[in-house]
Amino acid sequence: MDAITAEGLVKIYKSRKSEVRALDGLDLTVEEGTVLGLLGPNGAGKTTTVRILATLLRPDAGRATVAGFDVVRQAQELRSVIGLSGQSAAVDENLTGRENLVMFGRLYQLPRGEPRRRADELLEQFGLGDAADRLVKTYSGGMRRRLDLGSALIGRPRLLFLDEPTTGLDPRSRLGMWEVIRDLVREGTTLLLTTQYLEEADELANTIAVVDAGKIIARGTADQLKSQVGGERIEVVVHDRADLARAAETLSRAGDGASTTEEHMRRITVPAVGGAQRLMQVLRDLDDEGIRIDDIGLRRPTLDDVFLAITGHAAQANDASTADDTPARTRAGSEEERAA
Amino acid sequence: MSSTIRREPHEPGPLPATPRPRGRRRASSGRLQLLDELRDGLVLTERNLRQIPRVPELLVFSTIQPVIFVLLFSFVFGSAIPLPGGGNYREFLMAGIFTQTVAFSTGSTAVGLAEDLSKGLVDRFRSLPMARSAVLVGRTVADLFRTLFVVLVMGICGFLVGWRIHGGLPAALAAGALLLLFGFAMSWVGAWIGLSVPNPEVANTAGFIWLFPLTFLSNAFVPAQGMPTWLQKVVEWNPVTATVTACRELFGNPNPFVNVDSLPGRHPVVMSLSYSLLVLVVFVPLAVRKYRSASSR
Repeated sequence: MDAITAEGLVKIYKSRKSEVRALDGLDLTVEEGTVLGLLGPNGAGKTTTVRILATLLRPDAGRATVAGFDVVRQAQELRSVIGLSGQSAAVDENLTGRENLVMFGRLYQLPRGEPRRRADELLEQFGLGDAADRLVKTYSGGMRRRLDLGSALIGRPRLLFLDEPTTGLDPRSRLGMWEVIRDLVREGTTLLLTTQYLEEADELANTIAVVDAGKIIARGTADQLKSQVGGERIEVVVHDRADLARAAETLSRAGDGASTTEEHMRRITVPAVGGAQRLMQVLRDLDDEGIRIDDIGLRRPTLDDVFLAITGHAAQANDASTADDTPARTRAGSEEERAA
Repeated sequence: MSSTIRREPHEPGPLPATPRPRGRRRASSGRLQLLDELRDGLVLTERNLRQIPRVPELLVFSTIQPVIFVLLFSFVFGSAIPLPGGGNYREFLMAGIFTQTVAFSTGSTAVGLAEDLSKGLVDRFRSLPMARSAVLVGRTVADLFRTLFVVLVMGICGFLVGWRIHGGLPAALAAGALLLLFGFAMSWVGAWIGLSVPNPEVANTAGFIWLFPLTFLSNAFVPAQGMPTWLQKVVEWNPVTATVTACRELFGNPNPFVNVDSLPGRHPVVMSLSYSLLVLVVFVPLAVRKYRSASSR
């Protein structure tokens, strides 16, 4: 049984100056009791997808059902079985954590007394017990996100949407959030999660769907996707720009695939299955060639690598305001945009 | 009704082939009962009222402004504005400032909703199985309470500078009710504006700026007798004039209306009521429609 089905979703944002095709025939299915990670760069259409499935937006074409309800015709029924958290939803800063949860519980029409009981339960579960009666504006970013997630869970939804649940969080809060989400997954909650981080999708999702320019361009388990991408990578920054070509050749010979060169960064990257052993080999080769390097290291594949492997081009934010030719900067830019 | 309210505990198992009704919301194929709408509106009203003491600046400033107007007009302009037919300017002034103040609810409602929208709260509310009117009802009703408070403070302030009522308490309370109704109606205009503008800063301007010509092109601060004839017509049919004139009549304050034989001159109370209801009839559906499609970006 599919908890979510979407066929040919199209969404076009029109403004006076331009027309943006945010979704361009997106198809999607999520099985009951599983976690789907929607992975893609900023502007790929992840949030738009979530907003359509959560009844906040109407698609311009295509159809979708969530828990058997049509997102347009049965929106009101659908709303009582879903929870939404992340970029697309929020909590009230001028209420306490408890007041927020109780309010949302009452709006879900929980029976009398239940909102308060359920609020206590969630506050405890998410480590907000001590802060329950403090105003949310005094909360840290991580606490807010946990409360936000709690608000989405107050009505015991059968289906949960998490829109970039950890974007903008510091590494520690991110780990804390992952822990909370993993617990939910263990309880069997059906979850649709959007993220810009391959690592996050890998940690939390059973299935990953890669979104680019409003379409799903790949779908599979994290392992399938990673094998396509080719595991770890060796990254070298050469000292002298003149050495770039020679270094790239050396790396292509030593690595497991073609190397990519980012000229202005003087950086070369190559897939390497052997990990640390392979790194030593590369070091020796570079030394033999007499190439001076500034930096070298192993790194895990990122969203950019996935895109490179699938599409042959790097992940690019479609949004004009974040468009940038360097993939690394694209990610940093989107984080800033989120924080602003 | 009570038998269908209870929600079932979470069941992780597979979904049934056809969704079965869970909870009252589902019962009438998604159509909400009036009772549900009121309930949700009440939850949101409570939320907004809770915020008032937590953001005291808002209440303080929305009170200070009309008080300043009372003092400025009483002491600075009052001496230079003679009333046709005589009478105390300060007594004349109060109904005008009361009306201006309640009309300014538009701005605070617009800003409040624009803030909820920009913070993503409206998105959350819209994803909940709640009435589409609740967020707007909650905001406008809470703003009504705030308006009531401000009107009371102003009344005291007016009393201190020499304003008196001469029409008896029931009539004065009726005037108060007219004022609050007008403020409530204007709040819905603000709700529509707040959901139509891109951010709270714009809402702040868009919610207020047109109120100045609207209130100044009335008989709120000066009698219309000295104005050119065409302007007198504008003033005569201005909704603000209707409420101001009605209040003056009910308070028993000086009420020098230009064209006493015209419809607005003969029936100010009826005119005020009609204008308020007309604004509600137009802007409640407009605002609710805007809310349905409102989104934070």
